[in-house]
Amino acid sequence: MGLLSVSIWLPILFGCLLLALGRDDNPGMARWLALIGAIVSFAVTIPLITGFNLGTAAWQFEENKLWIERFNVFYHLGVDGISVWFVLLTAFITVVVVIAGWEVIKVRVHQYMGAFLILSGLMVGVFAAVDGLLFYVFFEATLIPMYIIIGVWGGPRRVYAAFKFFLYTLAGSLLMLVALIYLYYKSGGSFDINTWHKLPLGLPAQTLLFFAFFAAFSVKVPMWPVHTWLPDAHVEAPTGGSVVLAAIMLKLGAYGFLRFSMPIAPDASHQYAWFIIALSLIAVVYIGLVALVQQDMKKLVAYSSIAHMGFVTLGFFIFSEMGISGGLVQMISHGFVSGAMFLAIGVLYDRVHSRDIAAYGGVVNTMPKFAAFALFFTMANCGLPGTGGFVGEWMVILGTVKTSFWLAAVAATALIFGAAYSLWMYKRVYFGAVANDHVRDLTDINAREFLVMAVLAIATLWMGVYPKPFTDVMHTSVDALIKHTSVSKLK
Amino acid sequence: MNAMNWLVVYPEALLLFSACVVALVDLYVTDERRRATFWLTQLSFAAVAALHWTFYDGGHTLYGMQKMVVADPMGHLLAFFATLAMMITVAYSQAYIGSRELQKGEFYTLSMFVLLGISVMVAANNFLMVYLGLELMSLSLYALVALRRDSGVATEAAMKYFVLGAMASGFLLYGMSMMYGATRSLEINEVFNAIGTGRINPTVLTFGVVFMVAGLAFKLGAVPFHMWVPDVYHGAPTAVTLLIGGAPKLAAFAITIRLLVEGMLGLAVDWQQMLVVLAVSSLVVGNLAAIAQTNLKRMLAYSTISQMGFMLLGLTAGVVGGNTLSAGNAYSSAMFYMVTYVLTTLGTFGLIMFLSRQGFESDEISDLAGLAKRSPWVAGVMSIFMFSLAGVPPMVGFYAKLAILQALVTTNVPAYVVLAVIAVVLSLIGAYYYLRVVKVMYFDEPANAMPPVQQGMGISALLAANGLAVLVFGLLPGGLMAMCRDAILKALAT
Repeated sequence: MGLLSVSIWLPILFGCLLLALGRDDNPGMARWLALIGAIVSFAVTIPLITGFNLGTAAWQFEENKLWIERFNVFYHLGVDGISVWFVLLTAFITVVVVIAGWEVIKVRVHQYMGAFLILSGLMVGVFAAVDGLLFYVFFEATLIPMYIIIGVWGGPRRVYAAFKFFLYTLAGSLLMLVALIYLYYKSGGSFDINTWHKLPLGLPAQTLLFFAFFAAFSVKVPMWPVHTWLPDAHVEAPTGGSVVLAAIMLKLGAYGFLRFSMPIAPDASHQYAWFIIALSLIAVVYIGLVALVQQDMKKLVAYSSIAHMGFVTLGFFIFSEMGISGGLVQMISHGFVSGAMFLAIGVLYDRVHSRDIAAYGGVVNTMPKFAAFALFFTMANCGLPGTGGFVGEWMVILGTVKTSFWLAAVAATALIFGAAYSLWMYKRVYFGAVANDHVRDLTDINAREFLVMAVLAIATLWMGVYPKPFTDVMHTSVDALIKHTSVSKLK
Repeated sequence: MNAMNWLVVYPEALLLFSACVVALVDLYVTDERRRATFWLTQLSFAAVAALHWTFYDGGHTLYGMQKMVVADPMGHLLAFFATLAMMITVAYSQAYIGSRELQKGEFYTLSMFVLLGISVMVAANNFLMVYLGLELMSLSLYALVALRRDSGVATEAAMKYFVLGAMASGFLLYGMSMMYGATRSLEINEVFNAIGTGRINPTVLTFGVVFMVAGLAFKLGAVPFHMWVPDVYHGAPTAVTLLIGGAPKLAAFAITIRLLVEGMLGLAVDWQQMLVVLAVSSLVVGNLAAIAQTNLKRMLAYSTISQMGFMLLGLTAGVVGGNTLSAGNAYSSAMFYMVTYVLTTLGTFGLIMFLSRQGFESDEISDLAGLAKRSPWVAGVMSIFMFSLAGVPPMVGFYAKLAILQALVTTNVPAYVVLAVIAVVLSLIGAYYYLRVVKVMYFDEPANAMPPVQQGMGISALLAANGLAVLVFGLLPGGLMAMCRDAILKALAT
């Protein structure tokens, strides 16, 4: 059994154990078991990065076994420079989520923790799958635990949000399923992604495939105008659910663009790049403005996520190394920063039970340590140099300038909007005089919360100051991807 | 070739013999010791299943009873699954009928005759044998629906089922008589050869096909011949609903293959068009009507209609442009769909019975409210079934849908690709009502009056195994798919 298999199945195994052994009257056991599971699952992914060979764009840690003979489907796993960091990020965020939910979740703790561990394994599977059908199975299976998480532990409109989340994503991915089957047919009966990458396809076929994949991935990213499920899901989901949604699930869509759309349909991708770029810019500018007027903190951060993901898709579809690497760095740093932003909201919500910006004011007076962390992450969210948020956005803008100055100029306004909504929210929530009795009664973060925040802050800072380990790992694979997409598949 | 070849009908002979034994033994069993009948029935089923498996393993195609019956791998595999389904059905039902004073010997004897009818249909090589098996099964089922004779709903359902069922049998018989008139034979192989000569009056053939397809569509419950399904599923005692919704579906599939494919593949252009209309309208009506249901059994009835529509799509993709290259692929996909569908259905209705008790049927969707809190295991198993029916991986239902879609897309005919997209869109609509069941179980608060679930360990274990099977076949569907494909390929080769 290879390292990737272990990374996928170990958390799932722990999750099943939790579901089987957990008792409602013994939440402590469930918490510790979940923590051990999450940490061990994270630990087994570390050799993936330490043993990673920077010199090759080929699959590493590859495993290949026949899975379904009838359809020639393989249990084919592997990571390259594009995906390897996301495996680690997923396992890492799961540890954070388990700790963050420690005392907050009081009902059905074992089910909550179990669902997150299973979800973690499934998401690692998405990033590690090299077989189209295997990818799809993992991609779809992630819906089940998330649906349950939002619906059971969510807010007042959780049922609506859970359904919207599930059906939106399913609608997109079913079209992708038809595309996968079409590719299976075209390639003479193979679900292997490598074969698909090399498969010559005419422009009409590429266009259809491109838009079928677009349907699946744009919903997941989410891109304007199919983003409306995300604010609902974020607002209603429990803190842990929001963190995983923002930090990892959105990345599944962006990752799909790199793994499927661009290499399989390079000509269509080039031809319709303007379309994606236009949608990305709308997300960056328009959604940035929408974020500005939000009353609800979670909604604000949700819209800011959409705007940040707009940067990612923009970076991908300008087809330069700088742009794609920038997009990838942005995905990882957004994983840390948005996760931390949602955790910060969770900290406040646990104490005051309100997410309204208006319900707060002067929190810095009662929670100084927490306010310091929150300031740091708010700065990272608007892309302050020295934080991870800056590196990705800067790389994307730099890449875009080479294509078109005006595109870059529009994209750069995001930094202004980002600063505006982030800092304005910070000002209203944290600064000023103590607004009401709830705020006066606030207690500062405890050791557990401090630990979570500190770990995320270190990661964000590390990405901002020294992003080389991240870009080095990506370099060869991104280079190979660009070379691949620059060759037309048309005769 | 014309020998009696008794070996071929050993399983059916054993079944008939043990049905008589069970009927006789039951006369001398008091109500308190009715379990003896139960175990005797299960023992007979197990022996029959073992026989079918042995024959299937042999892999030969044999004819017997003057070529009235055929024993091929497809027949034995389907009969094996049907027998297994029957065993599970009876096991789930035992507690249910016991607590409702329906635990008469009739239930067991009639179940055995249902299975005998199924076996005959599955093994039929002659139109008359198909009809004989069909009537044996149907008449036993009519009686079973009315088993709770003091219930108005059940009696109404039985009447409806009987009248409509008799009409459908009439259609089928009328179609068969036309085929007989045109081809001068009742034997399926000879009908096939006669059609192949191309010297038969096409008008008569077309009429024959239309009537036969209508009869089959009724038995499968495809729109517009679906009217009986919701009423019967709803009205019958749940144990009998399971009897109708489980094993007989395998038989309906078997005779569809025997009649349409083995007998009338030459007319595929005609019947495929009809099946497309049946399939699409089933998908539309089934999925849309299911949304509006509040009764779980009724919702599952409409869900069955839509699932049958999906399965029928697989049968439409066998012959493309006069070419039968994709036939094995298409029909085996449909068979896999049917087998996995039955597996899931068994669990779903078994679970409804598991939750019910005397005076409380637990067949409203709202009865499941907060089940995840009362008994997390049961809720987990039910969600596996629901996600499987909705076609979400990694449950087995996904691979069944995938196989059908793949059969449609690989024809590379735009019309079939459009069909695949229609199926996909409608299964998205379908996902909504399956999800709603999960929602009720997990997100809603339980009503106060709900007593905790209390049932025997044996049934719990069986349910858990059933749910696990749906999941495990989802993780490793390869073996079952290969079995279906081999069986269909061998059936096509003869």
